[in-house]
Amino acid sequence: MSDQTHPYAIELEGISKRFGAVQANKDIGLQVPAGTIHGIIGENGAGKSTLMSIIYGFYEADSGTISIDGQQVDIRNSQDAIKVGIGMVHQHFMLVENFTVLENVILGAEGGAVLNQGISAARKELKRLEQEYSLDIDVDAVVEDLPVGLQQRVEILKALYRGAKILILDEPTGVLTPQEADHLFRILKSLTEQGVTVLLITHKLREILASTDNVSVMRQGEMVAHRETATTDKEELAELMVGKKVRLKVNKDEAQPQQAVLTAKELSFFDGQGVERLKKVSLELKAGEILGIAGVSGNGQSELLNVLSGITPMASGEIQFAGQTITANAAKTAAQMRDLKMAHVPEDRHKMGLVTGFEAYEAAVLGYHDSSDYNGAILMDRKAMLDECNERMAAWDVRPPNPHLKTANFSGGNQQKIVIAREVEQNPEVLLIGQPTRGVDIGAIENIHEQIVKLRDAGKAILLVSVELDEIMALSDRIIVMFDGAIVGQVDASEADERTLGLMMANAWNEEQGAQE
Amino acid sequence: MNQAKVPAWVSVGLIPLLNILLAFLVSGLVFLAIGEDPIEAAGYLIYGAFGYDEGIGYTLYYATNLIFTGLAVSIAFKAGLFNIGGEGQAYIGGLGVGLLCLWFDSSLPLIVIAPLAIIGGALFGAAWAYIPAYLQARRGSHIVITTIMFNFIASSLMVYLMVNWLKAEGVMSPISRTFEESAWLPYMHDLFSPFGLDIGDSPLNMAFILALLCCVLYWGLVWHTRWGYQLRTVGTNPTAAKYAGIDNAKVTIWVMLISGGFAGLVGVNEIMGVNHNLLLNFTAGYGFAGIAVALMGRNHPVGIILAAMLFGALYQGGAELAFEIPTITPEIVVVIQGLVILFSGALENMFKGKIEGFFLRRAAA
Repeated sequence: MSDQTHPYAIELEGISKRFGAVQANKDIGLQVPAGTIHGIIGENGAGKSTLMSIIYGFYEADSGTISIDGQQVDIRNSQDAIKVGIGMVHQHFMLVENFTVLENVILGAEGGAVLNQGISAARKELKRLEQEYSLDIDVDAVVEDLPVGLQQRVEILKALYRGAKILILDEPTGVLTPQEADHLFRILKSLTEQGVTVLLITHKLREILASTDNVSVMRQGEMVAHRETATTDKEELAELMVGKKVRLKVNKDEAQPQQAVLTAKELSFFDGQGVERLKKVSLELKAGEILGIAGVSGNGQSELLNVLSGITPMASGEIQFAGQTITANAAKTAAQMRDLKMAHVPEDRHKMGLVTGFEAYEAAVLGYHDSSDYNGAILMDRKAMLDECNERMAAWDVRPPNPHLKTANFSGGNQQKIVIAREVEQNPEVLLIGQPTRGVDIGAIENIHEQIVKLRDAGKAILLVSVELDEIMALSDRIIVMFDGAIVGQVDASEADERTLGLMMANAWNEEQGAQE
Repeated sequence: MNQAKVPAWVSVGLIPLLNILLAFLVSGLVFLAIGEDPIEAAGYLIYGAFGYDEGIGYTLYYATNLIFTGLAVSIAFKAGLFNIGGEGQAYIGGLGVGLLCLWFDSSLPLIVIAPLAIIGGALFGAAWAYIPAYLQARRGSHIVITTIMFNFIASSLMVYLMVNWLKAEGVMSPISRTFEESAWLPYMHDLFSPFGLDIGDSPLNMAFILALLCCVLYWGLVWHTRWGYQLRTVGTNPTAAKYAGIDNAKVTIWVMLISGGFAGLVGVNEIMGVNHNLLLNFTAGYGFAGIAVALMGRNHPVGIILAAMLFGALYQGGAELAFEIPTITPEIVVVIQGLVILFSGALENMFKGKIEGFFLRRAAA
């Protein structure tokens, strides 16, 4: 590092930001040494995203200063951020799917009205970047044909192409397999060797410990601690995040599986484009057990949940449930499945589980709105709905306990509690539950896990879909792994380890077994 | 992240008001450009709409039609459907009202004909909306396209029926015979006069009460029934609706039936309340103006009533204005209406960010 380079690539002082009554960031200070990976960890709603949005110019801070390489800068929008060398890789990729890698990279930096010149210049520059940072990618590939790991690399390339010296990654591993995540961290490491500074936002302790040089912990809008990663551990970070000792393991007794309550035989499903998303999936779900379905998202788990719950009709196959045989020709709707006492917590609460424009008490009856519990002869029984909502909010510790608040205005964890409470309180025989704790903070995760185990212990059958291996391993009694629409492996939870499951999820398990023989 | 709150009076009161004021300001510039005094013109406009009993009566009479079509557009919009066919549905609704009046005016008393005609108008309007609704729900034809087309079909159909079947004998224009008085909806001024109240002669009739009742019906349906719950779910989050087991296609068809029904009630006001015969072009663009009314009224019945009154005032005040200042043609009035629609509809969000930002900062401070 040369002498004139300031020791801190980025330095924040006294950053505060308030949204109405909510103090999202309070007097934040942060110093990130150049050429390091700096982790920022915190629960959902701790203010990480707000802070990053301020650095990247999406929001303006109410007070405080940002300095880049010792120079105080004024960042009012993302153009300003790019100018001072800040690049951001969003959780959800901002790529044009049917453009090539090259076209995506130069988007917004085309360099003139005539494309040809810009493109050939960009091609040269990209070659250089690829070599310099050893980012291996075919610049002429169409983005939608690339696996997510590579798409993310395109995002990184995009930032570097714009001259980013500080790279912010927001929850970058959410969509990656453990192997892909490891690869990402190797790339980040090599970036720092070239002088790039990386800010890594995540709520996964494992990743912080595995990849960062320093870590800062946020809680309730405040920066509560800075640590050198080498001097801290999982337990300390978790404690700093939530402010109390947390249990990372789920306390549960041995499962007592009973008779099968739901049997699926050779379920197939094709999407609108005619792609086979479910390939003859068969499984048996027993009362009193939690069957976990592991897999990288997009490998048929969502389709499986939708077919089982009656949201989308199957193409072929058969489901035995509650004394009924359900086939493509004798289909049941989502409402009918509910009547047979199947509850479903969908993977995506915003898209499916809630109507964010509804007040909480309205969202709390979604799917059960026809029930006589909530209806008079003509009008809906608003009082009954409100009373019940109040009760549940108290029982499930939903905050704030205001049934009239729009669901959009609850935090992720509280939204999820509203959905899970709605489904669990129906006392279902089978609970399908997708990503129960995605975007939910640790305190709430614990509570949700407890409730799921309680339901199992009451002799109900639970099908758990999660992309979090920790969660699958902590909760499940039996684990099935899905890859490309098919079941590629099944293990007993007691025998499962992360590496085996990770390999199965990448469909590399069988190959590796073969290689060893 | 919690969303900070902007005071309700700002978003439902201040912002729409500013938009309207801006529209009037630009209208003023138009008046200056054609060499008229905008202040004087505004005076005539306001006096014409609200300055005397007949004026108010006319304003409310126009508003009646706009409430019906505003509700029609709005309720479909609640389910995420853009019903541009209010014009055609109102037209066919009027046909239904007219046919019933022509059939029964000499055999039944008003107390029987009135509900019959109201139901008939709603049913005819609903039936006209059913076809696009069915095509959307079961065949995937886009409802904007089909409802627009059905306006033209309705218009042609009416010409055909009026000329070939319904034209009164011995008249040169395509109008039906005048109904017997037993099929005339009472005028408001006739209702008030026994109490010694003189509210001036205007076309304002009982249909205005019907329009207000429809607003109450709308409110109850949308926010207090399970059907309304399904409707709002489909409109705001179709995926969640599917998850909840709501049959989107069924909701689409139902809401379009109700939407067409509301639009069809324009016929009650126009045919039974004012014209007392069947004729061509009585819908006069109310179906389209209903879109602006719904937009400005923020899809809430109270807002729709207020927006309908504003547009009613523009119709009536504009007529007064064109009468008082000969250089101002009725087209100029259309310009004002267009500006109001432009600023409160299309440019609705022009100030929104800044004003909300101001109040958020103030709330934060």
